[in-house]
Amino acid sequence: MKAALSKAELEADIAGRLGGDVFKVHEKPAVETLSTGIPEIDALTGGLPRGAISEVFGHASSGRTSLMYSMLAYATTQGETCALIDTNDLFAPAAAAAAGIDFDRLLWVRGAGNLEHAFKATDLLLHAGGFGLVILDIGDVAAKDTRRIISSWWYRFRHTVEDRPTVIVVVSEEACTRSCAALTLELNGAAEWSRANPHRFVAPRNVMPMRKQTPVNRPVNRPSVTHGNLLRLNTIKVNRQRPLSPSLNEVRFGAYHNASVR
Amino acid sequence: MFASIHVQQIPANLSLPEFAYNFSPVVEEHRPGTVVIDVDGCELLFGSAYQLANEISFRAKKPGLEGGLESTVSVAIAANPDAAIHAATRLQGITFVSPGEELTCLGEFPVAHLDYSLVNIEKKVADEILETLKLWGIRTFADFALLPVAGVSERLGQPGVRLQQLAAGKTERHLKVKPPAPVFAYSIELEHAITELEPLSFVFAPLLHQLCAALNAYALSTNELRVVMQLENRTSHERKLTLPHPMRDHKVFLKLLLLDTEMHPPQAAVRSVSITCEPVKPRVLQNGLFVPLAPAPDKLELTLARLAKLVGEENIGSPALLDTHRPDAFTLRRFTLNTKAANNRQLAIDNRQCLGFRIFRPPLRAVVQAEQGWPMQISAWGKQRSVYGKVVSLAGPWRTTGDWWRGDRWARDEWDVMLEHSGQQAVYRIYRELKTETWFVEGNYD
Repeated sequence: MKAALSKAELEADIAGRLGGDVFKVHEKPAVETLSTGIPEIDALTGGLPRGAISEVFGHASSGRTSLMYSMLAYATTQGETCALIDTNDLFAPAAAAAAGIDFDRLLWVRGAGNLEHAFKATDLLLHAGGFGLVILDIGDVAAKDTRRIISSWWYRFRHTVEDRPTVIVVVSEEACTRSCAALTLELNGAAEWSRANPHRFVAPRNVMPMRKQTPVNRPVNRPSVTHGNLLRLNTIKVNRQRPLSPSLNEVRFGAYHNASVR
Repeated sequence: MFASIHVQQIPANLSLPEFAYNFSPVVEEHRPGTVVIDVDGCELLFGSAYQLANEISFRAKKPGLEGGLESTVSVAIAANPDAAIHAATRLQGITFVSPGEELTCLGEFPVAHLDYSLVNIEKKVADEILETLKLWGIRTFADFALLPVAGVSERLGQPGVRLQQLAAGKTERHLKVKPPAPVFAYSIELEHAITELEPLSFVFAPLLHQLCAALNAYALSTNELRVVMQLENRTSHERKLTLPHPMRDHKVFLKLLLLDTEMHPPQAAVRSVSITCEPVKPRVLQNGLFVPLAPAPDKLELTLARLAKLVGEENIGSPALLDTHRPDAFTLRRFTLNTKAANNRQLAIDNRQCLGFRIFRPPLRAVVQAEQGWPMQISAWGKQRSVYGKVVSLAGPWRTTGDWWRGDRWARDEWDVMLEHSGQQAVYRIYRELKTETWFVEGNYD
């Protein structure tokens, strides 16, 4: 009790000399975020944290690319300068245009499967500064290669963007950023065949609609089916290394699956 | 003291002001063929005023390649520029007008030859005054100069007084200096040919530094650098760096030039380097407070150059769709910063069909087991990926054809198929080329 009193006295004495704020706990400023363009995922995750690495991983047809296009579409329409490091040259401009990406604000770096070049290119872009969203797409790189990525790359990226308003998104098949990602989204749902939305890619407005998608030999005994938005059918698992806000600190499963998406 | 140089005619490729800059940095071009220079302080270089006039006359006769005018010039030296101009234009050879004795030299000139533009008098006013002087019987500069100033002022006004001072050679004014034409070209000849990039950087650096200093002096920038290297095998290596925004940072230019030279090396050792640029007005940009941050233009250019070196120039840029229905038809444009404010910020992304597609380049050649024309089992292997599995769902086919008039026409039936392999399902787009009856996997819906 005596010690506690003397501590209080000491604190009061120091506070009197140096001002009242010396024993105030320093609060970290709230993390700024960038929307993914999908309100349900934003509600689940709080958005993509700026100045940090976010990771989206999942197997083929799990909706990684759809989510990536949505992020790019939102960011470019908000006036952010974006960069996509496409390690295996898989970006489809027609699909991206249909998703609403503003190509004037997108820098596309086409790789030829060289993982080292992709990482060096990402490093150059991050050091240039000023990019709002940098996406490193290693979604088609073999898992054995992604496991060999040395951690120092991720630490380097994290350190580079720490005090910058840049969002790094890593799209991969397996989680590979380890503890460096502030937000990890696992897309583990299986693709389903949707009959509700007979949608294929639509031509952008500047292209004359000459392409006639005429089904030939349409089967009589099979329904005319095509798939809709893959993300709609997905289950998303969120893992946060750094909580964005106390209310969104819980790991939730399948929330997006249940959310009503128009 | 002032020296006026007058020449009747010079070759079209030579310039009298350029010639005059060899003697003094203060040059006024009165009219084509007549210049006045301030020669105060030139004694240490050229000796007395008379020696200077001799030197001007001597050098003017030299050929153009040796810095001359290939012509005979009249040179007059006087205490004021207007007297020097009158003497040089009226008298051949070298004339020295002693200070205070202007009328001795100019006095006999006809008054009609007074150059009234020197004292800023309009032609109409000057003609009236000269007509009056003619009626009075005033014929020469001396006659006019000897008239009483008060009487001239009373009858002819202030323009008359100014003209009288001009005739007497007593005007006082500063030269209207014409700055030398800016030079934005620098070159260097090397004693020994350079074969490596690093030593070449030490050649580029001072040239670019001079170039940027010249641009800075005129508050200009450049968006195009031209580099010409004369090589040892008697050929030349030319490169043009085009920048999206005007800049004048010699460090950025040096890095860009080195990266470009590294990507496009000359075929032989370099004997001389010449760098020129196209001067343009600098970029003035006021960013909005609420506009998202964008990369700095110079940093972005350096980054793009480094990326081009890393992955190849053809592999970076902004995609642009081509106006065709050919599958995967696009081009890559040079990436430039878009400074326009996003006008569609309120665009709702969720009302778009955001369907991701990963396209395989080149498409995977596939072996398809079909039953009555319907794909049932697919196997495709490539260097980087393989696709195989049993078809559990499918849609299609959609027939697309185009460019039938060209050699590279396409005609194919497309299917969207869901494959199952080891319990995992994935959706692919496959197509069958109608011409060769070959199956391919085009990409993966993701």
